[in-house]
Amino acid sequence: MNARDEILGRIRQAVRDAPEVEIPRAYRTRTSVADLVGLFAERVDDYRAIVHVLPSAEVPDKITELVRGRRMVVPDGLPPQWAGQAERAGGSLAELDAADGVVTGCAVAIAETGTIVLDAGPGQGSRAQTLVPDYHLCVVRAEQIVAGVPEAVARLDPARPLTWISGPSATSDIELNRVEGVHGPRTLEVIVST
Amino acid sequence: MSGTFLGMPGNFPENAAKAVQDSQLRYNLRKATHTIRGKRANVVGELPDWTELRAAGKAIKDETLRHLDRYLIQLEEAVTRAGGHVHWARDAAEANRIVADLVKATGESEVVKVKSMATQEIELNEALAEQGITAYETDLAELIVQLGDDFPSHILVPAIHRNRAEIREIFLDKMPETPPGLTDEPAALAEAARLHLRERFLRSKVAISGANFMVAETGTLVVLESEGNGRMCLTLPETLISVVGIEKLVPAWRDLEVFLQLLPRSSTGERMNPYTSMWTGAVEGQDFHLVLLDNGRTGVLADEVGRQALRCIRCSACLNVCPVYERAGGHAYGSVYPGPIGAILTPQLRGMSSDLDASLPYASSLCGACYEVCPVAIDIPEVLVHLRGKAPHNPAERAGMRVAGWILDDSVRLGKAQRLATRFRKLVPKRLPGPLSAWTDTRDLPDIPEESFRDWWERHERP
Repeated sequence: MNARDEILGRIRQAVRDAPEVEIPRAYRTRTSVADLVGLFAERVDDYRAIVHVLPSAEVPDKITELVRGRRMVVPDGLPPQWAGQAERAGGSLAELDAADGVVTGCAVAIAETGTIVLDAGPGQGSRAQTLVPDYHLCVVRAEQIVAGVPEAVARLDPARPLTWISGPSATSDIELNRVEGVHGPRTLEVIVST
Repeated sequence: MSGTFLGMPGNFPENAAKAVQDSQLRYNLRKATHTIRGKRANVVGELPDWTELRAAGKAIKDETLRHLDRYLIQLEEAVTRAGGHVHWARDAAEANRIVADLVKATGESEVVKVKSMATQEIELNEALAEQGITAYETDLAELIVQLGDDFPSHILVPAIHRNRAEIREIFLDKMPETPPGLTDEPAALAEAARLHLRERFLRSKVAISGANFMVAETGTLVVLESEGNGRMCLTLPETLISVVGIEKLVPAWRDLEVFLQLLPRSSTGERMNPYTSMWTGAVEGQDFHLVLLDNGRTGVLADEVGRQALRCIRCSACLNVCPVYERAGGHAYGSVYPGPIGAILTPQLRGMSSDLDASLPYASSLCGACYEVCPVAIDIPEVLVHLRGKAPHNPAERAGMRVAGWILDDSVRLGKAQRLATRFRKLVPKRLPGPLSAWTDTRDLPDIPEESFRDWWERHERP
């Protein structure tokens, strides 16, 4: 018998008398939060990321200011007003490694956990583009922020590669102290566009 | 890790007795477990629906296990449809062979690894080394363990037994590019690891990972991490091989809404871990192979009390609250799965034929703190007691238990036995002899009263 059939056979034998299960879903699936933007900004800040909350009209100038003098990766489909005046970095792995940063949008953001989710859609770049450069500037539109994890899961498409980001790269491996900055971008800067 | 846990000598009480003499170890462990305990309690307390999430998490895992055959087939179809390849491995040797063959087919002799309990359990690194393939651990704690020629001692933080000064020594000794001026500041140590691994990430062609969850409905795999080494391994190499235990499934995409709240808060005590990667099949031009691992899990599944251990999502909250783990440390358990969950998982996965494995169900005071913090409500004390019943016992002890059972089963017999014991109470020793001494090594036999309660009741209260 091949491994697949043998394992499946063992499972059927093992659970034959096991009881059926009902899944209770009494947890919150829709939470109302009065100030989604405020909660999101506070929670992102808790991870020691940098947060700005700005009216949408002021966002392009802020980006220009932040990326000045940096060689930035600009992913396909990024709204041109978010690209700043930065020098553009190329797309190979070596060029990504040499770039100073990347500027992206996002697919959804979660207020309760201070999380940004990228789905590699327009303006979000490939997974490597948001990973290799040391600085990630992410623009979140206010309407992309949901209250909790269940609302975010419902909005996302599992067929796309998803990256959930909560603060800059970190480790707690040394005496369980959180230290920001290991292999991923060491600086995460978030602009919430209202 | 250069050694191997399998066939480790000794047993838990002996290992623990040695470990508690190490004051540095006890200091490191106490500091770390107490820090994480406080963080967990804070972020769990923030959620008004923690109890409901826990109940859902438990039930989702039970449902998965009840129909594991169906969900595995569904997963296989979904992964295959999305361009991935699915392999099945009955045991460690088969899984290791599959992975080694896949790596050889790429023509590479080096792989980068994301921290994974499953690959530690099957001792994949050692198996690959025998085939001339070098596996590089990329998680900071795993790196510390690998460079230090050491064993992991915690599920989440394998180097929890090392403090910053010890880590600095290991880095200076084993990473040639480390500047001699390296301080023992955690940030400086993390920076040294970043430099050490950066170039390797950029040039590696093959990566090996585990997964925290697999979604049957969509074929999606999920890896939670903190450092970004996971993203590096999952994203950059041309070939990705994931070795995952068959119990890591959840039925539906929606089920992640429960576990993405339960796991980070229980594990690192954060609202969310820095990075979570999700991918379905072959993504962005990558070759993707999924190796589904049994290695004793179907045996655990057949035990109706013990099977709840398969709900485990490897958060390690039970280790952090365990008074035994806090003092004995992870190495005493002689397994990649230490602490309370290890004490019920290891003897079930490996059997109880070795001295060490047979001693594990006793590595607990049954205080129940582990059950209380478990995000999927595994009743660890219940399974411990169940396994103690199944563990090998001395014939004298078995006979004694049979006699005790026979007496306690019948009130007339019990009354007679009590009266007999009362009459000879002065002759009953405080310590039991020979093979029964384990019962009285650390505690005295209780005094036998002059009169049993039942007789006293007969005399006084009976109308």
